[in-house]
Amino acid sequence: MTDNPVQKDTAPAAVPVSKSPEAIKAIPVRHYGRWVGGVVVVALLAGLIYAFSEGNINWQAIPETLFDPSVVKGAGATLLISVLAMVMGVVLGVVLAVMRMSKNPVVNGVSWLYIWFFRGTPVYVQLLMWFNLGLIFEYLNLGPFYKDEMTDVMTPFMCALLGLGLNEAAYMAEICRAGLLSVDEGQTEAAHALGMSHGRTLRRIVIPQAMRVIVPPTGNEFINMLKTSSLAYAVAYTELLRATSSIGSRSYAVMEMLFVASIWYLSLTSVFSVFQYYLERHYAKGSSRNLPPTVFQRIKANFSGTRNGGVSV
Amino acid sequence: MSVMVKSEGVHKSYGSVEVLKGIDLEVRKGEVFCLIGPSGSGKSTFLRCINHLEKINAGRLYVDGELVGYRQKGDKLYELKDSEVALQRRDIGMVFQRFNLFPHMTAAENVMEAPIQVKGVSKAAAKERAHHLLERVGLGDKARNYPAQLSGGQQQRVAIARALAMDPKLMLFDEPTSALDPELVGDVLDVMRDLAESGMTMVVVTHEMGFAREVGDNLVFMDGGVVVESGDPREVLNNPRHERTQSFLSKVL
Repeated sequence: MTDNPVQKDTAPAAVPVSKSPEAIKAIPVRHYGRWVGGVVVVALLAGLIYAFSEGNINWQAIPETLFDPSVVKGAGATLLISVLAMVMGVVLGVVLAVMRMSKNPVVNGVSWLYIWFFRGTPVYVQLLMWFNLGLIFEYLNLGPFYKDEMTDVMTPFMCALLGLGLNEAAYMAEICRAGLLSVDEGQTEAAHALGMSHGRTLRRIVIPQAMRVIVPPTGNEFINMLKTSSLAYAVAYTELLRATSSIGSRSYAVMEMLFVASIWYLSLTSVFSVFQYYLERHYAKGSSRNLPPTVFQRIKANFSGTRNGGVSV
Repeated sequence: MSVMVKSEGVHKSYGSVEVLKGIDLEVRKGEVFCLIGPSGSGKSTFLRCINHLEKINAGRLYVDGELVGYRQKGDKLYELKDSEVALQRRDIGMVFQRFNLFPHMTAAENVMEAPIQVKGVSKAAAKERAHHLLERVGLGDKARNYPAQLSGGQQQRVAIARALAMDPKLMLFDEPTSALDPELVGDVLDVMRDLAESGMTMVVVTHEMGFAREVGDNLVFMDGGVVVESGDPREVLNNPRHERTQSFLSKVL
């Protein structure tokens, strides 16, 4: 402190009151460690890129097959099964969550048992079970309503849907329950005191607030689902991984096709992440004084922020 | 019938803890009835029994001549269905210590919600009424604000407007100013004073002795789950007869 004559010269006592003190122009601390670290990381990255460039990779195959009709169709199937399984998971999950919070011990117990089983066994095992159901039940017999051979019912699509959807429901049930429990009891009391019924209170007051807690992990679950759907490969459902792999084994471009699949998975999850951000923003209504900025608003703020001396928002 | 709330030997216990040990009192129509007492004395619990947020274990509680939460046929009591309880609560407004506004709705939407959902009032009519009520509590310009954008005192006044939107015949106040900064208490008390002057029947659990003295028609001092002393607020606050009332008042006044 004392060995800084520059600062002492402009001591505030001598300065008239109306004049603001001179801005500090100090020499910043040099972070040599950061420079060293940066150089090391860049060198490692360069090595990695070099390795890939030297690798026996048929780069040409990637753009050629990226929009191959069978690959696009596979990506479509991945999206379809993910969305349908997720819808199934959410609907069933809400039902299970409400059942789990029921005062009826039987209903409550059944929900617990469901979650215990479907969360406690691997999805892969569950998918294979649906796939092989025909081995133990030759017919699906629903009495007078429906009867058919199990192998006809359990198409690859059905196996994938049931396997992924029913498993997801167990996770969604816990997410929904957490969301419903997160809403302050005072909210329910206030709604009841106004003469609102249980159902109305749930629908108009509790669920909209629970959504704030439910949406982020549900988005997570969906991104997980997009990737987990690749396990449907095992039940002969032609989704993205199966579509790319079949080209790969035909043309001896196994790794190249896995790259293609990765590009598609990354694109799907990236697009969804943006969508999720806006969904969260919608449910943040009233929770804070100002809505969080949209992506574009944030970019704009960052640019104007750096111009004003790096104050980021 | 000029009695709004009639309580006969009301008991309430949580497990083995007896919170109310036989409350007998009457609230007349149009009066401001204040409940005071140390924390844990059961005054808030009693208030919550009046609109059946808490179930009583013994005794009888009537609002406007109607048994709360039960139906009596002969000498048998039948629990009311949820929908019937909801119907009873429509006429009883309640204001909470922690406001409990719906955070995902604007001030106006908070006030409009119950009339639209419960009474089937049209949206336009509810909106007009909401603005009128917000005006009445001095918040006409805050209709579009969310609760998080309002101060505690403003939130509590919105909560009062929300309760009034259901045209209640009885208003319950559960320590309405206890969670507020001292300088915001006055605004809320002003609204309550106006409400009292308009002839609303009010049961107020409060620590605001000044309000009780000035606006109250009747005052009850509770301690340990029983009514210790009751009467005219000025009389009770100035010349408490019971030792427990005296020691409580000496601490808070």
